[in-house]
Amino acid sequence: MKPAFSVICFTVLSGTGYGLVVWLALNALLQPDLALARLGYPLAFVMISAGLLSSTLHLKSPARARFALSQWRTSWLSREGIAALATYLPLLVVFWGLFIEGRHWHVAAVLAAVGSMLTVFCTGMIYQTIRAVRAWATPMTSVVYLLAALTGGGAFCVALQTIVGTPVPMPVSLVIALALVGLMATKHLWWRNLAAPSASTVATATGLGQPGDVSLFERPHVTENWLTEEMGFRVARNHAARLRRISQGLLAVPLAALLVSLILGVTDVPIPAALATGLFLLGAFLERWLFFAEARHTVGLYYGANHA
Amino acid sequence: MTALPAHTEKKLGLVIDLDTCVGCHACAVNCKEWNTGGDLSPLSDTDPYGADVSGTWLNRIHSFEVTDGDDARLVHFPKSCLHCDDAPCVTVCPTGASLKRTEDGIVLVDEDRCMGCGLCAWACPYGAREMDPVAGVMKKCTLCVDRIYSEDLPEEDRIPACVRTCPSSARHFGDFADPDSEVSLLVAARGGYDLMPEQATRPVNKYLPPRERTVLPTLARSADDGPPLTGFWKWLDGALEKLP
Repeated sequence: MKPAFSVICFTVLSGTGYGLVVWLALNALLQPDLALARLGYPLAFVMISAGLLSSTLHLKSPARARFALSQWRTSWLSREGIAALATYLPLLVVFWGLFIEGRHWHVAAVLAAVGSMLTVFCTGMIYQTIRAVRAWATPMTSVVYLLAALTGGGAFCVALQTIVGTPVPMPVSLVIALALVGLMATKHLWWRNLAAPSASTVATATGLGQPGDVSLFERPHVTENWLTEEMGFRVARNHAARLRRISQGLLAVPLAALLVSLILGVTDVPIPAALATGLFLLGAFLERWLFFAEARHTVGLYYGANHA
Repeated sequence: MTALPAHTEKKLGLVIDLDTCVGCHACAVNCKEWNTGGDLSPLSDTDPYGADVSGTWLNRIHSFEVTDGDDARLVHFPKSCLHCDDAPCVTVCPTGASLKRTEDGIVLVDEDRCMGCGLCAWACPYGAREMDPVAGVMKKCTLCVDRIYSEDLPEEDRIPACVRTCPSSARHFGDFADPDSEVSLLVAARGGYDLMPEQATRPVNKYLPPRERTVLPTLARSADDGPPLTGFWKWLDGALEKLP
């Protein structure tokens, strides 16, 4: 599948912003700190909004996006839109509390955190329910989306805490570390699933004989078309294994080192923390790029792909 | 509404006969000609007279080689929207532009609501939907809904353009909900089948397999493998060998 930059930006930036909202809510409950919240919530707001705006760049007729909330009964994209907009309401209440009243409003913070996770879950479900892309059609897809958002948001929260100079509670560091381990493990399983053979073959796509007996003789047209550009993306697959290792390294190594140092009590590390968070974000972009670039669509079977 | 109807009164669709299709692409050409001039936005072409020509088509003809031991045959394979009963392209649509009609089961795009997100094309396993880069909306086969119900066209023209134009009668149009319709009888008689049944889309359109045929002996063997020569032919063979 073609890795559209606008969609990668959206899912990574908004996802991380939504994850940050969760950790900020947890902090507000555990050890209320206005300085952290006044830095963290605007950052989350900017990331979420920039991502959502970026997603509209993907639309060919963005003016008609006004209809996009109407089909929540069947469409995960519609549900995602509703969840995203609904999450702004408690977020605005949180802002009112922080900047006008000068206090934490816990209920709003918790509601914003729940809305955030629902939005990210809906994003994952958009891909998970596409049966034609077997790599995506696994429950691990939405788990990866949720864990990536939580881990990324956690990295940002910890980095902000080291910058502001508030202590990171040990349980929080441990839970972020657990989310990171979960992300790595789920992604590993996701990749194993990607390598497994698909039920759809050129034989089932055409109904002509057995897989070894049927092959494309001639495409319908001599040039590329929208289908082959959109769903026949191939560039990444040459370097897929290397890119996977790079993304795993960027995601896991700096953040793990940071979390270990925090757990061991070395907390005055604002610059390494910012660096680890930046590298995690870079790894998240690469992981999301691979999520699209490595996924194969069944339509490829009609254009000479050996497997879907 | 993007909820699929539990039941459609009619199930209009196509039967495509892979035995008689000659791969002339006339169905695709007539489809493009008809559907670029209707009520919906035109089917655009980019760089139409240049080297990198590309365009939006609702019907494309692929060709497959099918081998069976020494035998190989070429099967031309037209593909357009299959108007699935469980159409995944419809339910994913966030705006309600994608719909499946209760009265006849035709899957359509309401272009005035389509925001061009492309998710329906991802959901379709068959590649039946294409984004038009100029109109910015999703394009797909309408089963020529503006022909089949037309009261202005002569009776014989009230069928999809692809069916009307096919010179080898490889395309048939009808109601699959009626067990006595021509299309239902064809499917029963010839073993019509679904594409990618494992995708659980329950397509309405059916494909008829190529008929069994006599496999001729291959001509790829060398002359040495032939039966030994006798009589005059043996003499002639030897005489020719002796010539310088």
